[in-house]
Amino acid sequence: MNAYRAIKTAMTGLRRNPMRAMLTTLGIVIGVGAVIAMMEIGQGSSSAIQKSITSMGANVLLVVPGTATSGGVTFGAGSRTTLTPEDGEAILRDCPAVRTTAPIVRARTQVVYGNRNWVPSTMLGTTSAFLDVRDWTNLAEGEPFSDRDVLNANKVCLLGQTLVKELFQGESPIGKEIRIKNVLFRVVGVLSAKGANMMGSDQDDILLAPWTTVKYRVTGSTLTTANQSTSSGSSDSVNTLSNVYPGGQPELYPERSAAQAANNPMPVRFANIDQILVSARSAEEIPAAIQQITEVLRERHRIQQGEPEDFTIRDMTEMTKTLTSTTTLMTNLLLCVAMISLVVGGVGIMNIMLVSVTERTREIGLRMAVGARARDILRQFLIEAVALCLVGGAMGILLGHGGSYLVWVFLRWPVETSPLAIAAAVLVSAGVGIAFGFYPAWKASRLDPIEALRYE
Amino acid sequence: MELIELHDIFKTYYLGEIAVPVLKGVSLKVAKGELVALMGASGSGKSTLMNILGCLDRPTSGEYWLDGQEVSHLSADQRALLRNQKLGFVFQNFNLLPRTNALENVAMPLSYTSDHLSDREARRRAAEMLQRVGLGDRLHHEPSQLSGGQQQRVAIARALINRPSLVFADEPTGNLDSHTSEDVLAMFQQLNEEEGITIMLVTHDPQVAKHARHIIQIHDGVIVDDVSSGSGNFAEARSEKAFSTSDRGHNP
Repeated sequence: MNAYRAIKTAMTGLRRNPMRAMLTTLGIVIGVGAVIAMMEIGQGSSSAIQKSITSMGANVLLVVPGTATSGGVTFGAGSRTTLTPEDGEAILRDCPAVRTTAPIVRARTQVVYGNRNWVPSTMLGTTSAFLDVRDWTNLAEGEPFSDRDVLNANKVCLLGQTLVKELFQGESPIGKEIRIKNVLFRVVGVLSAKGANMMGSDQDDILLAPWTTVKYRVTGSTLTTANQSTSSGSSDSVNTLSNVYPGGQPELYPERSAAQAANNPMPVRFANIDQILVSARSAEEIPAAIQQITEVLRERHRIQQGEPEDFTIRDMTEMTKTLTSTTTLMTNLLLCVAMISLVVGGVGIMNIMLVSVTERTREIGLRMAVGARARDILRQFLIEAVALCLVGGAMGILLGHGGSYLVWVFLRWPVETSPLAIAAAVLVSAGVGIAFGFYPAWKASRLDPIEALRYE
Repeated sequence: MELIELHDIFKTYYLGEIAVPVLKGVSLKVAKGELVALMGASGSGKSTLMNILGCLDRPTSGEYWLDGQEVSHLSADQRALLRNQKLGFVFQNFNLLPRTNALENVAMPLSYTSDHLSDREARRRAAEMLQRVGLGDRLHHEPSQLSGGQQQRVAIARALINRPSLVFADEPTGNLDSHTSEDVLAMFQQLNEEEGITIMLVTHDPQVAKHARHIIQIHDGVIVDDVSSGSGNFAEARSEKAFSTSDRGHNP
């Protein structure tokens, strides 16, 4: 009996009782429909959750300089000044797993507006990429500062909500000028509220300004504030901004004459920054990003094989773990629900197929009498079961997809079409057909033709 | 030449520990082209004998030669193939597939043949068979739209579709009124005479059996009577020869 005829025979068998076939498939239709709808809605929610965890900084890496050592005394992470803004650009350029980078210069000082003042817990000099990394691009008011502001060291800043509340008391700060170490900064934008972070510190107590401005006009030189051991006083001598603007630290050493400088040239260092904030393309790519950043920075810093790195990369392991476990939990939960509904559907198919075999005992006997072998009968009933399941699966996919679409239309829940779920549903429904159709089909094929023909 | 040759067939059923002998040494011969009636009261073993002859069942012991082939030791699949190729069955209750038209009912055994006919060819052959049993205008009727006699003729067409050498008719008129019965039996006679198909009527009704020229009577698992009365057709000539060494009354 060839396959085409076998399928045709099975189809004819099903067509003889369309109502029953339909009711039989109903279990699978609902099962697969539920699976598809659950998967689509679940995946939508899952990626929404992932996105919000990510926005908390799960895929953020922090590159900080390594420790400085002097006479066996180490000064802790970040005490060396080895990172440059160019490092950040190189990371962005050469690491495919990195989405964006932002240099960071830290400061802590008083901010004054009118007769009020405040010391923000975080005062960062950065670029506008910082907002992107921290998923903070929705400003409450105004505009972020631009790359041009960074290049020109323009005196503009963005304020966090806490700062606005403390300094402006309900006034709109846009366009107002505040004083930081006697430098006037124009407020161009207000950050949206972010609340406390996981450690409980207020993330809205923040002031952002171009890193060039903070570095050269506010802190003067980070070298003197960073630590004493590496300070030669010369690394920032390339630019003279710190001398022009107030806030610069007094030089610790007497200025060298031109002859001295020629005799004993100091390595020319351009601006150094305190940290580089890196955003990986996704939480899964964090290990790859770490690897690539390490390679790039080792090369740029000319670190020989075997020498220790002069920088450290920190990731948000805790958050990443949360993210991974959330996703896994979600997926497993959906899978369990899916399996249960499919098993229920499969039991329904088996039930009806058993009834059908009993009801068609005479037909089976007749087919055997005219020359059907046991395996022909087995195949016929198996194909019937699988066909029921596949048709049910197809209808279920439509139903589930339609259902999740309706959920999206009416409830605006995030949904996400999942080709994987559809493929799995087709495979699983065929599998259910074979698994639960086999016993009835086997039972049919074991019938004795004489008994079967005599069956009333 | 004999189409069927049984030597000392025994069939014993086992109900738990109790052995129930049903056939107790049956030997018989049927020549090609005969119209045979197998007669016996219910419980005589005639159904069991027909099942064995129809290769639906295997004897406990004995030899069964069908068309020159010893078939009593064939496996289930081999017997299925044999039934498909050489045997046709007509049943008392017609056994047509419900909600399936006459054409498809008749074509059904073709699904199990080894030579794969195309759909078109299968339908053509089924239509031809239905023409032959006089149902050329009922091809697309379902069993529920046909009378008893018509249904039985569909069943006969189905039995003939694979051009069998032997057709079994198990009480073919049991569910029919006397007038229709005559029609159906006449059809068997016609098929036998015109096409030379060997037909075995299994019945308890002497009225049916009298249509056959060769009557085998079975009682309590043994053949008690095996007579050929001739009216001189070609089957007759053969059966004369075949039964010169008749094994009538092979009592154990």
